Amino acid sequence: MEHNFEVKNIYEYYAKWIREGKLKVNSDWNKDLKIKFTVQDPCQIVRKTFGDPIAEDLRFVVKSVVGEENFIDMQPNRSNNYCCGGGGGFLQSGFKEQRLQYGKLKDQQIKATGADYCIAGCHNCHAQIHELSEHYGGNYPVVHIWTLICLSLGILGPNEREYLGDDLKEVNVFHPETAE
Amino acid sequence: MAEEVIKLGGKKKSYFIDKVKEILPDGGNLNLCLTCGACSSGCPATGLDNMDPRKFLRMAALGMDEEIIKSDWPWMCTMCQRCIYVCPMKIDIPQLVYNARGLRPRDQRPKGILGSCDMALRNESTSAMGISPDDFVFVVQDVLEEVRESQPEFADMEAPIDKEGAEFFLNQNSREPVTEPNELLPLWKILHLVGADWTYGSHGWAGENYCMFLADNDSWEKITRTTVNQANKLGCKIFLNTE
Repeated sequence: MEHNFEVKNIYEYYAKWIREGKLKVNSDWNKDLKIKFTVQDPCQIVRKTFGDPIAEDLRFVVKSVVGEENFIDMQPNRSNNYCCGGGGGFLQSGFKEQRLQYGKLKDQQIKATGADYCIAGCHNCHAQIHELSEHYGGNYPVVHIWTLICLSLGILGPNEREYLGDDLKEVNVFHPETAE
Repeated sequence: MAEEVIKLGGKKKSYFIDKVKEILPDGGNLNLCLTCGACSSGCPATGLDNMDPRKFLRMAALGMDEEIIKSDWPWMCTMCQRCIYVCPMKIDIPQLVYNARGLRPRDQRPKGILGSCDMALRNESTSAMGISPDDFVFVVQDVLEEVRESQPEFADMEAPIDKEGAEFFLNQNSREPVTEPNELLPLWKILHLVGADWTYGSHGWAGENYCMFLADNDSWEKITRTTVNQANKLGCKIFLNTE
């Protein structure tokens, strides 16, 4: 298909903007809280499209935001990561029982990290892992990386915290008076 | 001992696996399987519907096309490509799965995926949730106006739609504008702080493409073309996936 543009993913730019000093993130907010995070490498973005370099960018962003010591990788990871079961249309296919069975491996992988949160890079991953967290009783919150970037920058409003757990609902709130 | 060479009867039947080989570079290596099982041992879909990737490939190789058409397993494989990644012969099983999805008549494919594809075909948004370009523009402007007022530090933040010559053409999963518009804000704030020159398209803004998952090639192409045309028309240099 004829096109005059390049296709890129925003993780690469998050990393670039942090390196260039345009996004002045830091992990001070988590210095004492010590909340642990793991991250899902989306198949579509990592294994299928951009490969390990973008997985490194993603880790650089996450570590910059939550603190290196508060990041724990799943095993296996990067291009070798397991799919969570949210892709390929599975979420809309009607085979819910099989989808949850598929995701059991992912849930176990997340639990084995001991992390409090799972960062999900894509929407299908987010929806699926969120459901796995509830279904298998892990109850770990599943968050977007943009939420954590803004939390770290102190610009995350009270109504932009849908997916944060109770431990972070009140942390670094921007304009708390606007809570709905 | 027979006097004559025994001839096998009939014209050679055309099998599903041959059709897939035709459309793949090097036939997708579909006849190079060593049956080592690395694919199946690391596949989360192994065991679902009494199937696994190695077995699926063997069934295709044996010409068990009827069984493949009947199997629901192609809808339980996400085509994540981990099997290719770990395969010593780099066999493209996901392409086999994708094409197996297309063996069924369109109206017999899973209703949810079918419905999401049809929604996206309804208008130029290409959204699986069916929201129109006008509604999308309204939501974006509404959310923007509210945050400009309630968070004055962002009074000059923008969320452009159809801005010509913008560097980045952004797509957006429909879930935010339709069900949780406040979740749009963190992304916009980041783009604002770094001074990014970006835009959404009123046409083709939606990031998802369920027609692809449906294995409906014509509709998949139509959706993608709508998006690509919009980005081309606006003269954007970079198509930026936000997920």
